[in-house]
Amino acid sequence: MTTLAYPRETANADSLLPSAKPLQLIDQDGLPGENPGGLALPTPDVLRELHRRMVLGRRFDSEATALTKQGRLAVYPSSRGQDACQVGAVLALRDQDWLFPTYRDSVALLTRGLPAEKALTLLRGDWHCGYDPYEYRVAPQCTPLATNTLHAVGLAYAARLKKQDQVALALLGDGATSEGDTHEALNFAAVWKAPVVFLIQNNGYAISVPLAKQTAAPTLAAKGIGYGVPSLLIDGNDAAAVYAAVRASIERAADGAGPTLIEAVTYRIEAHTNADDATRYRTDAEVSAWLERDPIARLAAYLKTKNLLDDAAAGRLAAEAEQLAGELRDRMNTDVSVDPAELFEHVYAQPTAALERQRAALLAELQGLAEQEEHPR
Amino acid sequence: MTTVMSPAQTADAARQSPASQAVPPTSPPSVTMAAALNRALADSLAADGRVVVFGEDVGTLGGVFRVTDGLAARFGEQRVFDTPLAESGIVGTAIGMAMNGLVPVVEMQFDAFAYPAFEQVTSHLAKLRNRTRGRLALPVVIRIPFGGGIGGVEHHSDSSEAYYAHTPGLRVVTPGTPADAYRLLRQAISCPDPVIFLEPKRRYWSKETAVLTPEGPPIDRAVVRRPGRDVTLIAYGGMVATALEAAEAAAEEDRDVEVIDLRSLSPFDDQTLTASVRRTGRAVIVHEAAGFAGYGAEVAARLTEQCFYNLEAPVLRVTGLDVPYPPPHLEQFHLPGTDRILDAIARLEWEDHKS
Repeated sequence: MTTLAYPRETANADSLLPSAKPLQLIDQDGLPGENPGGLALPTPDVLRELHRRMVLGRRFDSEATALTKQGRLAVYPSSRGQDACQVGAVLALRDQDWLFPTYRDSVALLTRGLPAEKALTLLRGDWHCGYDPYEYRVAPQCTPLATNTLHAVGLAYAARLKKQDQVALALLGDGATSEGDTHEALNFAAVWKAPVVFLIQNNGYAISVPLAKQTAAPTLAAKGIGYGVPSLLIDGNDAAAVYAAVRASIERAADGAGPTLIEAVTYRIEAHTNADDATRYRTDAEVSAWLERDPIARLAAYLKTKNLLDDAAAGRLAAEAEQLAGELRDRMNTDVSVDPAELFEHVYAQPTAALERQRAALLAELQGLAEQEEHPR
Repeated sequence: MTTVMSPAQTADAARQSPASQAVPPTSPPSVTMAAALNRALADSLAADGRVVVFGEDVGTLGGVFRVTDGLAARFGEQRVFDTPLAESGIVGTAIGMAMNGLVPVVEMQFDAFAYPAFEQVTSHLAKLRNRTRGRLALPVVIRIPFGGGIGGVEHHSDSSEAYYAHTPGLRVVTPGTPADAYRLLRQAISCPDPVIFLEPKRRYWSKETAVLTPEGPPIDRAVVRRPGRDVTLIAYGGMVATALEAAEAAAEEDRDVEVIDLRSLSPFDDQTLTASVRRTGRAVIVHEAAGFAGYGAEVAARLTEQCFYNLEAPVLRVTGLDVPYPPPHLEQFHLPGTDRILDAIARLEWEDHKS
């Protein structure tokens, strides 16, 4: 008798499953984590940099929230609480790797080296993307959610076809794991052994919908096994664990071993955006409990215990953060200057004849308005 | 009359591969549209190392219509490959590959099977150049066999052109002849913009004796397939041959019909179309898709706006019915044929016409 099986590459199923409890290198009190799994503690230099970038990111985030209240941004989805995920993941990237962020990942953009105002162009509203993706190897921020996972897989597989050492990191949230594109991306990545890392920032809510209404899976990381993708469940408020998990996954991908799915358990401290009222779907007690697990405070406590951070250094860092915020404020507290003619510039490589006519019509309309203002009837 | 193939005939036709249709050694050869498309893909793959061809069944099988026949064997699995069965995945990964310097040419197996990719096409493929102020160009070609007339069962015969043509940032083209299928596909693959390439599946097995070359009318121009003085008959894709048949029939009734093959649905070649209609004073647009909010509405509106003082009659549309695409034994009642086209021509206010 022959066995009933189709030929395919098979992985050891057990090796694909995440741990039962989130992996953690530094716990919420700043002490060594109880469940490090196979994660390697980053070097002191990396730990200090993780802390520095989180402090800068947090200050940037609070300034962006303030600017939104002043009407300088159209909308701002805050990263506060998810600082460790965004900073840890981006610092783990190598220069040649690509980041595929979402609208909530402004701190990830900042950490990747984008000037603060370029990271906020989409949310300020003067164009849909404020940076050259090739300059920073950062894709435009994904707003429909999950669609960016497929772009990451395609870019990564192209790198493999071209024999380039390049890994793509796709950021997504708990809500996006329900979208079809996420499933297609995990499947394509696994079949193609594409060098991709999927990082789910599970903050417990898709705007207002809690995780229990999003999925019946034991964990989001558990979804990896269905595609043959190994997965990790980590403490998303532990920057050291995020960095270590993403770094290990990038190295694995770069070695040709294919994709990894990481679920980082975290929390969104602010509402979905300034336009959202989070009190309609979650309690203050829940938010308070998560404030106790603040990613910056725990890493600072750890660094102080290890004599890697003193008051003088913390003071210098606070000053650096204030300077960043001040510069951002200055840049954003100017009226937006837009060019209506640019609407027609980038639709096609060359504007079509019809677009040229529409541009001329719009400019004539604007000139007519200007003349009316100058010489009112 | 419209040629309607039975489902059995269709299956037979589908089994014929372009490669199996022997090309005589004389020149120029007779070539089917499917074979012309196959050659265009092969020549593009050979000419440009960035070109990759992928989709469902396009590798070993050579595509369900055999348009990719032999390409995987010739160019290898790094250049021509099968994907999992997921259309959003195919287009979404094509976008990422194009970001990383490749030129993906992907296949959607049938028109209605392309809909899962709609978000990737309309929200990303069409917009990324614009979102990034021109930094991110996506030279992706999406090949979609479209339209009916082959006796296909449910979801195999949609005309989906209006969905794509309504989306700024996309080019939408469709060939009417084998030689133009070769030319347009080569041009689409060379184009820096994303191109929706609609292949009229009822014409896959139509033959033409022609030298295949990418030279000729550019990707965004319509062409006059048959010059005429009395009325401009506008068609595209599978309806071009039907329009030419109707023009021949009209000639027997002393109506001199000019047939224009649009080729490019987006952008629309206003220049060629208005020049013709201003000359003839009458126009009929024909397509298989439902008429309501269909592509013909845009054509009629543009021609009316631009040629109003030259028009002797309203611009008429001959289209499919406003019904979901019918089953094989009913599609003949849905599809525009020569009779409906001739009827429309007859309604063009000829009382004062001096020929």
